[in-house]
Amino acid sequence: MQFGIFTVSDITTDPTTGRTPTEAERITAVLTIAAKAEEVGLDVFALGEHHNPPFFSSSPTTTLAAIAARTSTLQLSTSTTLITTNDPVKIAEDYAMLQHLSDGRIDLMMGRGNTGPVYPWFGKDIRDGIPLAVENYALLRRLWREDVVDWQGKYRTPLQGFTSTPRPLDGVPPFVWHGSIRSPQIAEQAAYYGDGFFSNHIFWPPEHTQRMVEFYRSRYEHHGHGTADQAIVGLGGQVFMRRNSQDAVNEFRPYFDAAPVYGHGPSLEDFTAQTPLTVGSPQQVIERTLGFRDYVGDYQRQLFLLDHAGLPLKTVLEQLDLLGEEVVPVLRREFAALKPAHVPDAPTHASLVAAAQARPEAVPAR
Amino acid sequence: MSTRTLAVVSGGLSNPSSTRLLADRLTAATVAALRERGEDATVEVVELRPHARDLADHLVTGFPNAALRTAIGTVVGADGLIAVTPVFSASYSGLFKTFFDVLDKESLIGTPVLLGATAGTARHSLVVEHAMRPLFSYLRAVAVPTGVFAAAEDWAGAGAEQALAGRIDRSTGEFADLIAGRPVAAGPADRFAGTPSFEELLEGA
Repeated sequence: MQFGIFTVSDITTDPTTGRTPTEAERITAVLTIAAKAEEVGLDVFALGEHHNPPFFSSSPTTTLAAIAARTSTLQLSTSTTLITTNDPVKIAEDYAMLQHLSDGRIDLMMGRGNTGPVYPWFGKDIRDGIPLAVENYALLRRLWREDVVDWQGKYRTPLQGFTSTPRPLDGVPPFVWHGSIRSPQIAEQAAYYGDGFFSNHIFWPPEHTQRMVEFYRSRYEHHGHGTADQAIVGLGGQVFMRRNSQDAVNEFRPYFDAAPVYGHGPSLEDFTAQTPLTVGSPQQVIERTLGFRDYVGDYQRQLFLLDHAGLPLKTVLEQLDLLGEEVVPVLRREFAALKPAHVPDAPTHASLVAAAQARPEAVPAR
Repeated sequence: MSTRTLAVVSGGLSNPSSTRLLADRLTAATVAALRERGEDATVEVVELRPHARDLADHLVTGFPNAALRTAIGTVVGADGLIAVTPVFSASYSGLFKTFFDVLDKESLIGTPVLLGATAGTARHSLVVEHAMRPLFSYLRAVAVPTGVFAAAEDWAGAGAEQALAGRIDRSTGEFADLIAGRPVAAGPADRFAGTPSFEELLEGA
């Protein structure tokens, strides 16, 4: 099982000091955080994509390439890549390039993006969100799997004899996850292709995640990729830890109360009871996280959100130390002991290359 | 004889509340009218006041907490809905509107709804028509033709009281006809059931 962190790249005022980091500080901080994630033994770092303040991450492959240059084992991913407003041709090119530069240490998580104004900035209409996600992704798959593509669709200019370069490393496209908070159509899309499904699992109650994952698993089996319990599932999660749980609660509360997404609403206590947010000791985080398996089954990837809501870099790095030293080693051991042998790990470049070589022909186009 | 479920949403804030009083009158008359049509009824009342914070939280977080989820489940799974609001600043109250704002917009499609409103003065008597009815039209609920508005004077004098009783009887008769003419509600729909297959998505379904 893979463990890691994901960031939305928000630049938020620290509510305890009133200080807002500059873009330069926050961008540098994210490079530091990613390097630290590898140092403390985490597997994955995923970066969001946004095209409006207060976020900085408009150009994820640039940032991820810089991180790739500073790390050697960390798997790099996105959270998410906007499959609706990005040109699939540019996604194919950019991420194949990143795949080469990182020596295969990348995968992607596709998302639609739910910020209405972003769509027209890129010549799109939010009402076409699902059809855009369907058409663009179908084209992206072909661009990575076929050397020469003739294509015509509804949402971009046709392609004649187009070759996306560079070609995927070792002829194997990056693994793709599909992230969705609420759209069963996206779970269906992930299941159809046998891709991974990532549930945000931060904002909403566990019952909701459970239902979405169940749906994805049953459709994964329906589409013939394996049994439902072999489907590739990832979960988000949100934690804040101190050795004494009351210290964690006291320190995190002002950040929670003013947080951009859920602040000024329910109390910290209510929200931790209603959603997977855990604020407390490392042991509490371990117990809560092991409990996720009770409602989604054996899963392949767990990403935590740590750097948000204005938390200072120093605090985030301390959180990473606790995660890497006290939490993840236990989770790794416990989850591994529970997982049946027929449940696969999350695909990596190495496993995809091995699978491709085991087939009589090259990876078939779909 | 089948058993129908009636959900009653009351937006009154005081206790006793004339909004709840009207809701209770409408409920009792509906149960009686259904019985005349050979239908039993069970009644679940959702007072919005205890959910004021739950509703504000839902606006911020995007999901209902357990208490509000139960209340929403009561309303969206019912055979008929009685919705009564006090008039605040010439319209339904913000709390009443918020409850219907957080419902899935398809969850009341085809549901018979009896509309009621209360106010201090009869000058608000068209609020049912100009404010409530468009809201439920948007939700594609089936609003009963006769809505019931009650001002302070409707509770006071003998003549006015009789006029209110007449409106209650007419509206609940219409409401019971709508409910009795429909199959028993199956409860809240499974929102995953209608998901198109990927083949249909590829074809632009």
